[in-house]
Formats: sequence, C-alpha cells, structure tokens
Amino acid sequence: MKPEQEKQTATALSDAIHDLASRIPREIKIMEVCGTHTMSIHAAGLKKLFPPNLNLVSGPGCPVCVTEKSFIDEAILIARKYDVVIATFGDLVRVPGDEGSLAEFRAEGGAVKVVYSPLDAIAIAKECAPTPVVFLGVGFETTIPTVAATVKTARLQGINNLYVLTAFKTIHPPLKTLADKPDLDGFLLPGHVAAILGSNCFDYLVKDFHKPGVVAGFEALDILIAVRDLVSMLAENKPAIANDYKRVVRDAGNPVARALMEEVFSPCVAQWRGLGVIPGSGLEFRHKYNDFDAAKLFAVGTPQSKDDPRCRCAAIITGSKTPAHCGLFGKECTPEYPVGPCMVSSEGTCAAYYKYGGA
Amino acid sequence: MTKPMTKISLGHGGGGKMTGSLIKDTILPRLDRGRLGALPDSVVLDGFGDRIAYTTDSFVVSPIFFPGGDIGSLSIHGTCNDIACSGARPLFISMGLILEEGFELAQLERILDSAAKAADEAGVQIVTGDTKVVPRGAADKIFINTSGIGRVEAQAPLGPEQIQIDDKIIVSGPVGAHGMAVMLSRAEFSFSFDIQTDSASVWPIVERLLPLKSEIRFLRDPTRGGLAATLNEVAQLSNKGIEIEESSIPVDQSVNAAAEMLGIDPLQAANEGKIVAVVAPGSVDHVMSLLVDLPIAEGAAVIGTITDTNASKVVMKTRVGGTRILAEPSGELLPRIC
Repeated sequence: MKPEQEKQTATALSDAIHDLASRIPREIKIMEVCGTHTMSIHAAGLKKLFPPNLNLVSGPGCPVCVTEKSFIDEAILIARKYDVVIATFGDLVRVPGDEGSLAEFRAEGGAVKVVYSPLDAIAIAKECAPTPVVFLGVGFETTIPTVAATVKTARLQGINNLYVLTAFKTIHPPLKTLADKPDLDGFLLPGHVAAILGSNCFDYLVKDFHKPGVVAGFEALDILIAVRDLVSMLAENKPAIANDYKRVVRDAGNPVARALMEEVFSPCVAQWRGLGVIPGSGLEFRHKYNDFDAAKLFAVGTPQSKDDPRCRCAAIITGSKTPAHCGLFGKECTPEYPVGPCMVSSEGTCAAYYKYGGA
Repeated sequence: MTKPMTKISLGHGGGGKMTGSLIKDTILPRLDRGRLGALPDSVVLDGFGDRIAYTTDSFVVSPIFFPGGDIGSLSIHGTCNDIACSGARPLFISMGLILEEGFELAQLERILDSAAKAADEAGVQIVTGDTKVVPRGAADKIFINTSGIGRVEAQAPLGPEQIQIDDKIIVSGPVGAHGMAVMLSRAEFSFSFDIQTDSASVWPIVERLLPLKSEIRFLRDPTRGGLAATLNEVAQLSNKGIEIEESSIPVDQSVNAAAEMLGIDPLQAANEGKIVAVVAPGSVDHVMSLLVDLPIAEGAAVIGTITDTNASKVVMKTRVGGTRILAEPSGELLPRIC
C-alpha cells in the first residue's frame, strides 16, 4: 500500500471509531492481550487516532512480564551450581532477579547465549557437548510448539546435554480471570497465539462473560480495523468473536502444532506476576520427556525472590494501572536500569511507554 | 536516578545511553582538558598551517568478514567518515593491529588488501602503524585501531550550535544496511537475506556540500545506534526539537524484512556509508540536486525539520498519521557491529 493510501485508510477508520464510540456515553476499556500489540499501538502512535472515551489497556500477553522473578534467579543459581550454558531469548537477558540479571551474570563470566529460535539451542548443545545446555522456556502457545519440536528433534538426534527450564504459560486461564472484571469491555485477541489455537477457542468470552473479542494482526491498520469492529459490537451490544487476521489465523488454528505441544507437555499450576497462582495455566514435561526437565535434574530449590514493593508491573499487566501511575517509571526504572520486567521486555508496557513517549 | 555501575557490560559499547554515561561519568572527568568534552566526531586543531581534523576509532566487528565488506575496509571508512563530518578531506591514516595468536595469515592478508583498496579509493594513505600479538583468547582474531588526519576544507563552521529552527534534515540514502548485514552474517542466524553493508567513504558527499558554506549547519555519520541515535544526538546537542516523517525515511525492503524478523528497529541499526546533514531550509532543493548523480547518495531524502517545540526530543509522525517519540537506543543487544 502506498503511504498516502495507508494514511487515508487510517483516517477513515479513525473517523469510524470516533463515530461509533460517540454512541457509547461512557469510558470504553479494551484490553490488548498481547505485548506485540502493545508495541505496535505505541510505535504507530495510534492513541492520537482514538476518541477520548476509548482507552486501550495492556494485558498479560508479554511472556517476560508475567514470568516470576524467581525464574531468573533459579536459572542463575543452576548455572552457577552446575556450570551449565544458558540458552535464552534475548528479552530475558536484562530482566533483574535478586541474583542480578543474566547480563550481569554473563559479565561475571557466566555462559549465556542468546537464541532467536528454540531450535538454535540444538546447535549450541552440539557445540558445547558434553557441557549441559539449559534453554529458558518462557512463552505462550506461539512458542511452546517450537520448543516441543526442539525437544523431539534433540531426542531423535541423540543429543543428551540439552535441557529446558520451563515457565510456559497458556492464555485461556488468565483471560477468563480478566474477562470477569466488570470494567473491561472487550478484548483485542492475540494474533500469533490464535494462529495455533484458532479463533473459535475464544467463544467463552461471549458465552460466559458477554464480552466481544477480535483476533487482530499486528500492522497499524490491522489494529485499527479490529478496534473499529470491537467498538461497533459494543455500540450495538452484540458481542461476538471475530477473526480480523484471516490471512494468518484459521478458525480451527493449527492442530499439528497443538498435538506436538500436547505430546510433550501437560497442564500444571503456574504462578503469574500480577495474577497470582492459576491452576492449569502452566505446562510441565510429560513423564516420557522428564529427562529434559532442568528443574528436576539441576535442583537448586525454589528461590524466595522478592519483588520491589514499589514496582507496579503486576497492576500494569492486569490493565488496572498504566506506567504513569508508577513512581519508579522513568526515574529509578529505565530500560538501562530496569526494576521490573515490563520495562525491559521488548513487548513490555513500560518499555513501550518509555520508548514511544506514551506516559 | 542511575545505580552505580561496577562492571563494564556489552551495553556500554552500544553507542546508546549506556555508552553516553560511561563517557560522561567515567572517561571525560579524567581525560578532558578542554577539547575532548565537546565529543566531536573528530577534533579540529589550529597551529599547523592548515586547520586539521584529527580522529581515532577502534574496530572489533564480529564476524570480521561480512557481505560487502570486512574489518579492514571498515577501519578505513569509519575513520575517513569521522573526519569528513568535520568538513575535512581525509588524508592520512595510522593503523594499529592487535592480532590473536593462531590467526590465519591468509585472513590477515585479505583484510590488509581490503584496507589498502578502501584507502586508495578514499584517497587516503596509511602512513604509520603498529602490530601487537596477544595470546590466544586475549583478543578475538583481529582488532584494528585507526586514527586519521584531514585538512579542513569547510569555509564556515559546522556544529550543533549552527542549527536553526526550520532547518531541514537530509539523510544520504537508505538506512540500516550495515547493522543488518553484520547481524545476519553471524552464525546464530539460520535465515539468509541479500543485504550488503553500505560501508564507504562519505567524503564525496561532503565535498559537494561544502561550497554551500553556512547553509550546511551540521554533518554526522549515523553509525552505532543508527539514525535514531544520531537524530537524538542532534536534538540534544542543539537543544531543539526534531520532527520527522516516518514515510519519508528511506529503508530498503530487504532491510525492513530482516529487521522485522529479528525484532530490530532498522532506524537503530548501524550505517557506515551514510551522512545526516542539517541544512538551511532554502537550500534543500540545491542540496538534493547536488546529490542526485552521486552513486553513494542514491536514495537521499529529506526526512524532517528542526522545531522550536519538543526541545531535545525527536517526534515521529507515523505512516498512519499518529505521533510518537523516536527514542534513543538503550544498550546494544547485538554488540560488536563495528
């Protein structure tokens, strides 16, 4: 699309959203569940195109943000005690734990390697053999099938020095918790996760909570279209689940990826920053794959990590506060010296506000 | 506001805020005796007949060979460009080599040939040098330091203090290629894009602009931290605002695609053959016409304006008509880009 066309389309969508929102005489609060949406919204400066009574709040879909601090500490303690190589997505490297961050651990001489895909961990394991390599498994249904594939590939290739420290999360349990909150009107649903799970799987939002949800892509126009559709459903009081990302998301999702995930992992209780303990919201290795489970093989106990009580990450990822409400934001907490994960993750709400000037 | 720093981390080498605080808090208080603190790309010195520009730069890029260039040609271009940005013609280069025990001679020869070719093309001579070898593991293959001297040919002062409200900002071509080319040539990436470094001497561009005298206010090459770092630097040094149009910033398709895949902002990716020029508003067409037939300025574009609002900040009008801040990059997640 040519720049002029893109701008014209955006203006038309913005006008439509203004018009629809004017028919709702109160504040409208829509949650963008996914951190990548948060970044796109801020990167495109979309808030300027929304009416004053429409408020987009960020949700729990940034994997790094919802991961408990104790996970970082556990990884560092394992690496120290057992002399393993840590393989991780870059986003986790600068998240602070009580033991410092992985970046600081690397500066002290710790072996921390950044990967772009879990499959890269296989190459690292081959290169480092026989030294154990521990991949830090954070993420949602988007990432988990690739980790499952990595584990299966490692077994097939007879690689016996690759392990995964898991803190995987699944999206439905927290979404149900949040949908129950009366002040949230609707959900901009995560496109990448929906590509795996399918758009149909969000039907409970309408059935159980009478709230609309629209699966959205990640370009500025994708988001404007999805927001228009959400506000339209609210204006007409006809909540539904719509799929506005059909070029990627099928109604039934990707059953092959789901089967892979289910073969290797089974649901377990999980601890969420901001949401607490949610039964069935995490994934652990099935018995058959226990030999990949870093937590079992490199026992260090669960670290008693303490969050800075002034950090508002917990309230921010549940949409009840914005970074502007946090006394640390932009002062003690910056991307260079982050206090909470929302400031360091490339999908974090605080990082988005800081980088693009939203606060 | 900032916690005391006790160890050097890779982020201190990224050219962003962390590098800035290392320079400001640790280096300048000890070494500055009056000239260093202004942090020019190269310093202009009097008292040698002609006015000269003098600079130094170290090169630790990994890998040492990447599409379109290598550490040898880069070590010449980088230093030539720092001199050129002071309005000076690069003339003489010193080259210090730090070699790791066990480094292949054939690779060294290839790097030196490439440096020699780059120097010949840029019209500079390597006139002095030094070679050290360190035990295996004490360096990574080869590090190069070059310093350079140029003769100032600018007839009007160039600097952030020359920048005025309504001045226009020009970038000499599509941005982000060097950073992406180096990142993609690293072993950890399993996908391939056809992206070559833009590493080149920018003196031919500067040479064409200098006759415009005081109509050219300020020049800088947007290396580490990319266009985003340079624009923020211009805003901060001039204490004025900058407004840029996202849709007018030239970025090659392949660079955009690779950047999106890696989650990197192409505006934060390094360039090694580009220049950002701040010029008087009335001279924009003239400047663009001077660049039109110059191959290394292909794709040059006017990207923004100096404003009296938002002092020290860069505000970007997005493609869809929104606005946001174009932030200064923080530390560097992908170090050793030059």
